[in-house]
Amino acid sequence: MNRRAWIRPLLFIAVLLILWEIAARRQTAHLLPGPWETAGGIADLVRHGLLLKYVVASLFRVTWGFLLAAVLAVPLGLTIGWYRRAEMAFNPIIQILRPISPLAWIPIAILWFGVGDVAAIFLIFLGSFLPLLLTAINAARSVPAVYVNAGRNFGLGPARLVYRVLYPAVVPQLIIGLRITLGIAWLVVVAAEMIAVNSGLGFLIIDARNAGNRYDLVVAGMVIIGVIGLLLDTGMRSLEKVKSFRWSYSED
Amino acid sequence: MAPALKTKLSVENVSVTFKRDGKSTAVLENIDLEVREGEFVCLLGPSGCGKTTLLNAMAGFLSPTSGEIQVDGEVVRGPDPRRIFVFQERGVFPWLTVEGNIGFGLFKLPRAERERRIAHYIKMVGLEGFEKAYPPELSGGMKQRLEVARALAVNPDMLFLDEPFGALDSITRLVMRRELLRIWEAERKTIIFVTHDIDEAVQLADRVVVMSARPATIQEIVDIDISHPRDISAARYLELRDGIFKQIGLAHHV
Repeated sequence: MNRRAWIRPLLFIAVLLILWEIAARRQTAHLLPGPWETAGGIADLVRHGLLLKYVVASLFRVTWGFLLAAVLAVPLGLTIGWYRRAEMAFNPIIQILRPISPLAWIPIAILWFGVGDVAAIFLIFLGSFLPLLLTAINAARSVPAVYVNAGRNFGLGPARLVYRVLYPAVVPQLIIGLRITLGIAWLVVVAAEMIAVNSGLGFLIIDARNAGNRYDLVVAGMVIIGVIGLLLDTGMRSLEKVKSFRWSYSED
Repeated sequence: MAPALKTKLSVENVSVTFKRDGKSTAVLENIDLEVREGEFVCLLGPSGCGKTTLLNAMAGFLSPTSGEIQVDGEVVRGPDPRRIFVFQERGVFPWLTVEGNIGFGLFKLPRAERERRIAHYIKMVGLEGFEKAYPPELSGGMKQRLEVARALAVNPDMLFLDEPFGALDSITRLVMRRELLRIWEAERKTIIFVTHDIDEAVQLADRVVVMSARPATIQEIVDIDISHPRDISAARYLELRDGIFKQIGLAHHV
């Protein structure tokens, strides 16, 4: 994006912040802290060394849960998508598990792993696994036969065919799926941290309320979650710009 | 063509039947065809008549329901890098550059030899300056030349071309025909070329195989006894073309 393209959204955010501040100052009951108060909350967190600690804790859980899910779901999904019979076998169970929110697993996660990092990571893993599995299945299924035939024609054995044709052919779709799923993982971590652990941004929000109605910290936590979510998404989007990945978005 | 040349490809009594939802459709019936080494043969017929099926069977992508296809006396059991199939321009890999595509089949060669061949074929098909470009940045004609170059780079002895110029505009198509003939005369590959364009067939081929409606049989094989470059207003050219047109009419009631 060029500089001019940045100006409009920044201006809009500034206007919203001003309106929010005005509204917050005019309210009679204290229902929502204003941006100034929220900034004070963030400053408080920085001063106590909690901001960095909680951000790192949340990112740590997301990273592990998401990576574990990706490492297992992507190869499994590609294999299932490649073999039509496997897909027929797996599909019903996937469709039954899919509508169950990962948050419904919280009691079981705590029963199995206790309150702590592992339970939160497990929940993120669950929230990421099925979306990634479905993405990979669809990606493998939609590889045009013409690429596979060309690969076989040039004498590629099974391993080379996977590495030089199937893998590059599915990458663009996988990147989209990974990006969307990382967004889901970031949603799940906040919820998981409200119940299953004693640190992280989700814990910050629930703890600020329970331990003294510090709504400035609640909103501070929300703002930080939003900003980090934006950064994660921007990072994943930059992958889509790699030229050898970009073909499927630019063609047709 | 000199009759001394040996048989490259032979199709013996080949039939192909597709089964789908319990119904079976006969696509090819009792096809017999011999192609000599270095020969340029066009399979001519309207869309859907089964000529692409025959080409796929020759290339080893599908096995005939009955009968046998041999290349150099060996039964075809699958695709082989000595015989490359060119799929319109859709077959180039969009995630590889022009260089990457041409080098795709050269993975067994040492690096220096691979680079020499890539440069040679980039030059041959006129893609200099586009070495690092990706296919979505190329025009249809350039992608088509790229796919031909990728096929030639592995030095196959046969090329199967499935309506390779069908999606191109008429000017590019003329240029591509001339290019293909130039390459064929330089490298003397055996070429099987599928088309539904009578003029294209008569301009390119040593022999034109006219196929009937489905289930396809061979209606007639026409020798094109004119040397290249062919004058498309010469009496013999028009005579052959009209003869084939009549055959098509007989076969398809047009």
